[in-house]
Amino acid sequence: MAKTDKKTAQPVQPAKASGLFEYAPAPESPAAAGEIATSYGHFIGGRFVDSSGSEALKTVNPATEQVLAEFAQGTEEDVDRAVKAARKAFADWSSLPGSERAKYLFRIARIVQERSRELAVLESIDNGKPIRETRDVDLPLVAAHFFYYAGWADKLDFAGFGPNPRPLGVAAQVIPWNFPLLMLAWKVAPALATGNTVVLKPAETTPLTALRFADICRQAGLPDGVVNIVTGDGRTGAALTAHPDVNKVAFTGSTPVGRAIAKQIAGTRKKLSLELGGKAANIVFDDAPLDQAVEGIVNGIFFNQGHVCCAGSRLLVQESIQDELLDALKRRMGTLRVGDPLDKNTDIGAINSAAQLARITELAAAGEQEGAERWAPECELPGAGYWFRPTLFTGVSQAHRIAREEIFGPVLSVLTFRTPAEAVEKANNTPFGLSAGIWTEKGSRILWTANRLRAGVVWANTFNKFDPTSPFGGYKESGYGREGGRHGLEPYLNVEALDV
Amino acid sequence: MSTLAANAPGATGGGLADVAASEATLRRFLHGLPGVDQVGLESRAATLGTRSIKTTAKAFAIDLAISMIDLTTLEGADTVGKVRSLCAKGLSPDPTDRTAPHVAAICVYPDMVATAKDALRGSDIQVASVATAFPSGRAGMPVKLADTAEAVAAGADEIDMVIDRGAFLSGRYLEVFEEIRAVKEACRRADGSSAHLKVIFETGELQTYDNVRRASWLAMIAGADFIKTSTGKVAVNATPPVTLLMLEAVRDFRAATGTQVGVKPAGGIRTTKDAMKYLVMVNETLGDDWLSPHWFRFGASSLLNDLLMQRQKLRTGRYSGPDYVTVD
Repeated sequence: MAKTDKKTAQPVQPAKASGLFEYAPAPESPAAAGEIATSYGHFIGGRFVDSSGSEALKTVNPATEQVLAEFAQGTEEDVDRAVKAARKAFADWSSLPGSERAKYLFRIARIVQERSRELAVLESIDNGKPIRETRDVDLPLVAAHFFYYAGWADKLDFAGFGPNPRPLGVAAQVIPWNFPLLMLAWKVAPALATGNTVVLKPAETTPLTALRFADICRQAGLPDGVVNIVTGDGRTGAALTAHPDVNKVAFTGSTPVGRAIAKQIAGTRKKLSLELGGKAANIVFDDAPLDQAVEGIVNGIFFNQGHVCCAGSRLLVQESIQDELLDALKRRMGTLRVGDPLDKNTDIGAINSAAQLARITELAAAGEQEGAERWAPECELPGAGYWFRPTLFTGVSQAHRIAREEIFGPVLSVLTFRTPAEAVEKANNTPFGLSAGIWTEKGSRILWTANRLRAGVVWANTFNKFDPTSPFGGYKESGYGREGGRHGLEPYLNVEALDV
Repeated sequence: MSTLAANAPGATGGGLADVAASEATLRRFLHGLPGVDQVGLESRAATLGTRSIKTTAKAFAIDLAISMIDLTTLEGADTVGKVRSLCAKGLSPDPTDRTAPHVAAICVYPDMVATAKDALRGSDIQVASVATAFPSGRAGMPVKLADTAEAVAAGADEIDMVIDRGAFLSGRYLEVFEEIRAVKEACRRADGSSAHLKVIFETGELQTYDNVRRASWLAMIAGADFIKTSTGKVAVNATPPVTLLMLEAVRDFRAATGTQVGVKPAGGIRTTKDAMKYLVMVNETLGDDWLSPHWFRFGASSLLNDLLMQRQKLRTGRYSGPDYVTVD
């Protein structure tokens, strides 16, 4: 507050949500996820088919470590089959009038809405993220993306890419595990709207909603081969992006893998868009709306367990309000509810995999070793499953690993600045450039700062808000190309003035 | 220049009393409070509104909500009979189940205080009276103070005053401050004790969240025991974001001064589901310290019956309908 009498001030006492008023368990029914098969093949040419190989992977519920299903490890032969099916479907699909393609996309969007509870529960089980988020964030955005790009399908001539922009052909799309169905929607919706066909590889820890999406494609009557889904790990992804008959590669994931893909397809005519890692600065000026800034910091780093490429993982706070802000942040973190992802009152669910938990644990340990001060609220974690307390580090310097490397977990590094210029300098001092946040009540300062930040998305007095109409993408090692909005059409169109 | 705050006996506000030393210092203080981002505040309130309160938690919250109600009748048509039957309802809300808690207070106009006091004799239900030319507050100070004194003399335990929104909106903060101080003085009884003072902002007329935050601090520094959203007489009454903002204000005020102040949303809270959302906000913003009728109240009339119907449903497994609760 403006004036705080330090002598009479009381110490920070986290407003414990677990006191008098304990919330009884409010679990969503796992049965709402519908039937999960014991094993899945690939979805190619409108049908589920067995892999040519015999290797199968398992996907587990990260909150219980129980195996949910087996799925095929896609071979080069599987990938080839899928690309051929997509190539075969391309001729008819790309020559459909845009208004006809739009009908399929609208239909998919509506089916996603109708089946949103099923998909939300399935996503929560496979990914570990809380049902509150899949229900209130992921699924509404998935439907919104299909609705939005359905609207573009018959207006491509007017999208600003010149008359009659052409589709590219077969799009190879490789997506991550943090927002499995939403990343699918970000990739599939613009590709189909622009007349391309798709071979999509979901992440190896979260294939189930993509496989369920195959069922939605069938339900929507989408022509066979327009969407193909091949499962597997990085080997399958590499085979897909390397396939010679692919015209477009779209990848969302880590910077090292993105770099490998860029090398792999260098010298080919494949068009590439990459959405990679981030280490976003969330800048809080001393005139910020404090309570809302605290909420924004929490949403910025603890949303989706911090498994967000654009997470606000570096808090840059003006030194003059550091103590006040950190007290408020710690108090708020004390009320975060960590636990069963299917409980409707859970704020932070399970870490997606043992491997990711190990990486977060390792980086957090490095933070301590390098001299930063670690703090986490007291909270009970379930016995089984992969969990990590919401954690913050103070006394972090730009040189620390936790200030430079993407942790991709619920770990916030707090740094300070003294002047706006220093804030901008520190915010930009990273190899990444995906997103940033600015908190101030002063409009001119928002504009001044945003103009100087080298980040693809800059949020002002909010964070981690997504909308299909808004382009999203990075600078520097965070990748190139944009997804969402009118800009999101361009990576799927031939916009060179070649066709006469 | 006024030194009223600094010199007033029992002045509260901790180290903040001197901010009301002059119009200028008070204005500087209130305008120096952090701003409120509308989008962020409303989204936080909406998120808290998605909490799912089931079974044992719901039973606890329903009883807690009943015990926090200021059961209210503020009509021109109020009669002695109406007030008596409301008091009977407040004492024993569910005639079929004596385990139902009683309400916190009965809230009436000053001329009905004696009737209510009489009807509630022997119980610990408080009698709250609106005062200071409720609901508009458009009267001179002598009238407002006489209104207050009359209610206190008739036995009111609590006074719900309205601030002069006109003075507030035209920036005459010190005038509002001194008005609250003077009413607080008028709450004093002959034996030296004092009626509890609730200060109503009429947030629907203050309009902006920044104004609500400023009004909250202004009232708390002036010695309010409770801050209250609305009269229930204008188009927009209590809303979750406005209440959340006031909860944050009392939290920050206690951190700054050590003085705890209560919060009362009033008007427009009609369903159990609404009440649950408010209790979740209290729980997650303030915690146990405010989860009692001493520190949080609902100003409501129709809310009670919905709580009772949900209570019966929880107890019996059946939803019996509005004819199984009393209409008073």
